[in-house]
Amino acid sequence: MTTKVLAIDDSRTIRNLLRVSLEGAGFEYHSACDGVEGVEQFAEVEPDVVITDINMPNMDGFGVIDNLRSGPNRTTVPIIVLTTESGPDLKARAREAGATGWIVKPFDDASLVSVLRRLTGHVV
Amino acid sequence: MSNSSIRDTFFEECEELLEALVEGLAAMEENASDMEVVNAVFRAVHSIKGGAGAFALDRLVNFAHTFETVMDKVRSKQLAVNEELMLLFHRSGDQLADLVEAARDEREPNAESEAAILKELSAYLGDVESEEEIAFDAAPLAFDAAPLALDIGEHDPPTGTELRRFDIRFCPTPALYANGHEPLLLFDALAELGPLSVTADLSRLPEFDRFDPEDAVINWRLTLLTSEDETVLHEVFEFVDALCDLEIAVSDEPVVAVDEPPLDSRASQGLPAPTDRAALAEPKAQEDTTPPPSAKTATASAPRDEPRGPRPTLRVDLDRVDRLINTVGELIINQAMISQRIEELELPAVAHLTNELEAYKLLARDIQEGVMAIRAQPVKPLFQRMSRIVREAAEVTGKKVKLVTVGDSTEVDKTVIERLADPLTHMVRNAVDHGLERPEKRAELGKDTTGAIRLSASHRSGSVFIEIADDGAGLNRARILEKAIEKGLVSPEAELSEQEVDNLLFLPGFSTAAEVSNLSGRGVGMDVVKNAVAALGGRVSITSSPGAGTTFTIVLPLTLAVMDGFVISIADQTMVIPIASIIETIRPNPRDLHCIGTDGEVISVRGAYVPIVDVARNLGLSSERADSSGVLLLVSTEGQGLTALRVGAIHDQRQVVIKSLESNYGAIAGVSAATILGDGKIALILDPDELVKLTPAAIFLPPASPPRPELRHA
Repeated sequence: MTTKVLAIDDSRTIRNLLRVSLEGAGFEYHSACDGVEGVEQFAEVEPDVVITDINMPNMDGFGVIDNLRSGPNRTTVPIIVLTTESGPDLKARAREAGATGWIVKPFDDASLVSVLRRLTGHVV
Repeated sequence: MSNSSIRDTFFEECEELLEALVEGLAAMEENASDMEVVNAVFRAVHSIKGGAGAFALDRLVNFAHTFETVMDKVRSKQLAVNEELMLLFHRSGDQLADLVEAARDEREPNAESEAAILKELSAYLGDVESEEEIAFDAAPLAFDAAPLALDIGEHDPPTGTELRRFDIRFCPTPALYANGHEPLLLFDALAELGPLSVTADLSRLPEFDRFDPEDAVINWRLTLLTSEDETVLHEVFEFVDALCDLEIAVSDEPVVAVDEPPLDSRASQGLPAPTDRAALAEPKAQEDTTPPPSAKTATASAPRDEPRGPRPTLRVDLDRVDRLINTVGELIINQAMISQRIEELELPAVAHLTNELEAYKLLARDIQEGVMAIRAQPVKPLFQRMSRIVREAAEVTGKKVKLVTVGDSTEVDKTVIERLADPLTHMVRNAVDHGLERPEKRAELGKDTTGAIRLSASHRSGSVFIEIADDGAGLNRARILEKAIEKGLVSPEAELSEQEVDNLLFLPGFSTAAEVSNLSGRGVGMDVVKNAVAALGGRVSITSSPGAGTTFTIVLPLTLAVMDGFVISIADQTMVIPIASIIETIRPNPRDLHCIGTDGEVISVRGAYVPIVDVARNLGLSSERADSSGVLLLVSTEGQGLTALRVGAIHDQRQVVIKSLESNYGAIAGVSAATILGDGKIALILDPDELVKLTPAAIFLPPASPPRPELRHA
């Protein structure tokens, strides 16, 4: 069974880049362009790991994490924050909300893929 | 998707984001306390930064970051927006657009203004912060903040440095698992730091029937030998710190200081020496009772491709659209032919063919309109570009200017928008430079010191109207006339109407500014504007009232491919004349016709004398003077006011498909294009403006070129 990744980011460029990296690495790639759609997609896709941006319209990344950790979708799948921010306050907030990790953009393909493989139990 | 096409989509996205930015900034002018708006502006800049980072466009990242940081201060209400800051934001937006463009075209951006704006932006960040930001920016792409808890980055093996022993007690809470953490990954990260031994404490593991998969029952003891600092260890646990009971104890004595690889040193410490580090952590972790991630049911949902963007759009090669437009043109011609053939058959009325034919005609027209709509785009981006022009012009001239846009959702053919950018830029610059008064002067006159430029677009009677209006002093007609006489463009004795004086602006080489200002006096005159608009099948006109301002109106055809025309006959030839140019048709009463000189003829229309142009003669189709039969078409041409065109007869009014004559045959004076009529014959489409210029008689104002000083007004 292929591992499903859901990427939530309002930037089409980032979504495209993620698609290329992750599909290339054999993941089943799904994406959403804001938090609201991300949460919707989550219920539908049931991904094995979620990658989310912080700053997004409609619902931001904190909203996504809140929703996925304590909302109706309540899940234990890893949620990786992928963002340009690196402020300690934001990181702490994401951590408290229940984020599993924090990756700063621009991301490095190989290490992202490696992190996702490990997180989803596909140790290579 | 190749890397270069991702890059292309990045720049496409940037354009959208820049548009959103301009829009957001305009909305901030209205209401800077609307946090939704400020957020949208922030996000636009932020997204550009994010994408730019992926392509290592450092310079763009750096600028966007500084811009974004100031915007963030506004967002967090640490900074209040005033007029000055708003202007800086606008300029920053412009600069950002320049940087994006420069990155796309791989050229050098405007470094001077970039540095200036960066400096001004940084000033808002306060000393400490700005230094910090800049330091961060110096290496924004260094991937310094790698995935923390999941850090799998390379650490140099600690050789030749002091190794210390860390004893770690790690007791996860259920929340740790609930947040998607996996102890194995943490151990992997630790193992990167040095030799690690892991022991699982299974004492709290319950009986199988009392096993709660969501509980955390295993505690871990770890021993790590590393030369790294304790803070590095804490970093590894950063994301789980609050989700576990963690104790890190360091033994003060250096374990050993050797030059050999750590594997040996470990052996000397009597630690288990597994064959490889991963294996060290793995077997124990396998026993771990981590609750399985939520039950995964393999729903066979097909991967969806960016399912719902803000605006679902389809990108199509322009060539395909143009081919379609061309084919639809053929369809319209074909429909006209069928109609004509059927008419010729004179079928009995009971045959329902005419109804079907009418339906066909309507359908063909719908298809044609639909296809045209594909090429139509809102003028908004064009207008938004003008806000930048206005700002730059205001800065150079030291005037205060506000740009108001109206009807920017009006849609116009893509080509028209593209080709309108230059003339519009010129006119907007002119409006700021020449149209508006200086703030002091405006204050004296009791006007608002901020001048207004109003840019509006609308659809009216099958044409697009674009107006550039200023609320300045209005045209200085005396000065214009003086200048025209000085330049020999018009005779000193000429008596010109106000409109005629205004139209002198469109003569080649005309410039009213006493000195050529470095803003609008760039060697481009209004004649260039006029020609550019004329090339699009449109026209420009001016209205001005002293003290209240000047308005330039550009009228353009809705589409470049099809137009409504009168089918007329001229000296036994069938031709078409655009309806848009015709103001009135007149069947002349001989009483109203008057001869002037040997050749000239005028008609009195409600008390005014309008010169008559014999189309057949001007086209060289007939040398004889036409009799007074026929029809006169009243047209208004630029620079020459009203003119009556004499034609044989009007046969029909219909939509015709424009076929370029120039590309298929060659340019003919007085003819703009050709079309194919229902009977399959080719008919020429007349260009009234050009036709009038062909007039041999000197009864008009000077034709646009070449200037003839001896010309007189009749």
